[in-house]
Amino acid sequence: MEFLLNRFRNLTVLLVAILAQLVLLAYQVKSNGEVRLIRVWAVSAVTPLARVIEAGRSGAVHFIRDYFVLLNVREENQRIKSDLDRTKMENQFLRTELSTADRAKSLAIFQQQSPSKTIAAHVIGNTTGVGAKVVIVDRGTGSGVQKGMAVITPDGIVGKVTGAYPTASFVLLITDPSFAAGVISQKNRVHGTLKGQGYSTVIVDYVQNEQKVEPGEQFFTSGDDRIFPKGLPVGEVAVVRPGKSYKEIFVTPSGLQNGLEDVLIVIEGVHAPIPDSTMTSQPVHLQEGPEGETSVVPASPQPSSLTTDADRLVEQYRKIGEAEKHIYGQSAGGAPNYNIHLDPNGAAAPPTPPPGVGPSPASAAASAAPPPASATPKPATKNP
Amino acid sequence: MGTGTNFRQEFTDTPLLKRDVSKFHIAAMVGIPLAAILFQVYVPRFFERLSYLELPLLVTVYFSLMRRTPAMGVLFGAGIGLAQDSLSHNPLGMFGIVKTLVGYFAASMSQRFDVQNAWVRLVLSFFFFFFHQFFYWVLGRALLGEALEFDLQSTLVVAVLNALVAVPLFHILDKLKVTA
Repeated sequence: MEFLLNRFRNLTVLLVAILAQLVLLAYQVKSNGEVRLIRVWAVSAVTPLARVIEAGRSGAVHFIRDYFVLLNVREENQRIKSDLDRTKMENQFLRTELSTADRAKSLAIFQQQSPSKTIAAHVIGNTTGVGAKVVIVDRGTGSGVQKGMAVITPDGIVGKVTGAYPTASFVLLITDPSFAAGVISQKNRVHGTLKGQGYSTVIVDYVQNEQKVEPGEQFFTSGDDRIFPKGLPVGEVAVVRPGKSYKEIFVTPSGLQNGLEDVLIVIEGVHAPIPDSTMTSQPVHLQEGPEGETSVVPASPQPSSLTTDADRLVEQYRKIGEAEKHIYGQSAGGAPNYNIHLDPNGAAAPPTPPPGVGPSPASAAASAAPPPASATPKPATKNP
Repeated sequence: MGTGTNFRQEFTDTPLLKRDVSKFHIAAMVGIPLAAILFQVYVPRFFERLSYLELPLLVTVYFSLMRRTPAMGVLFGAGIGLAQDSLSHNPLGMFGIVKTLVGYFAASMSQRFDVQNAWVRLVLSFFFFFFHQFFYWVLGRALLGEALEFDLQSTLVVAVLNALVAVPLFHILDKLKVTA
């Protein structure tokens, strides 16, 4: 026996190592659990390092970015001495800042408005494995995170927690081939199962060929899987075609479109209704108008369909036309014979300015619109 | 005379290449696999395309080839594989078993090939990457019942890329050898 062990020492070591790992694997499969202690040690050992690396990386990136921005500004100033270019650089910088602030703000606003209880988390790394679609976030059981919780952003679902450890958690992304979730289409209320494919597009499976799904249609979580609360946006249908037994529906996930840095983990999910109207994926930020300029038309009291100042202006002229019984385009020539300064809501018209003196923008704004809008074009002074 | 006989006997009993066992400092043997695993954890977050680099496997292959002892290859493979498992969402043992076999076969092959040759390293890295991915797929289906996909074409492409990275990587790691 000893001879055999010595003779086949390498093979014996191999067999023992394989057997031990097979037993370990079998234990995990049979008990449907995991060897938690080893993972806790591994994750706890690695995540502090991850925080340090992430802090160092972001610090270095900010330093280098700031350095080059300043260097560029100085070079630009020395080379062309142009205020215009400096303004452009400042605008670019402010846009970046604004974008960052908007993202953080939208996350905070969504967190406040969402009926579900969520906590914010930051993505700090990926798990091992070629092409693995699993990320590590900096919230763990210490923050109340548990295995099976949903992970979302204001734009849509991101994935689910597959492992929760004291300081970090593993999040399986919706693009992973092993991911699945129940979804429902917005327009036709078609139920299906969302599946990852290993790349950026996901598919919705188990939808009969007879059921109607259109390109551009939104999918939302159906709440059937008991992980994702009903009503969370999933993505937009990119391609639909009939398959052998089920429709082939390719969906562009909305939650991963803007990168993956900050996410929300749903601690307590609350179902929400599927919205009827199409949702905008990005919050629209309207810049404040330049100082001293005011709007011609009010923004707030208008119907929701009047989304731009041009719409409001057209609506205002239509009402004036109705009040003055004037049909546009039927003038016999010369100056128009109706009062453009008439308040369409019934207020008395201001005195007509003396000939040759046009109304100032400020007076026009004051007469036409009590509250100035925040983002408007310059006031119109011409008659229609 | 006796010493000369023993020397001759040992010389003829030992395969030529087996005597070329490379030695490394213990810090390098622990630190390099750890760095490879950490690379796989952090770097793909910022450079997504680098997620296709299987550095822990390349390190396993390198140390097994250089040590030329199958038992050592087994221990290397099992250690690196289990460490990788503990940071993945798979059950412990999946990468462990696959890398154990890779370590064993790499060390066995090193006794028959000149593993200092760049072309041999390129071919072996390509072969072991493909073997690693294929056997992982087999284990996933057979032991865990997972419906994993095995895309032959993309696996071959990624295997070539990993083999191309392996050659310069092995050259760099050669600098860490301890010379007697």
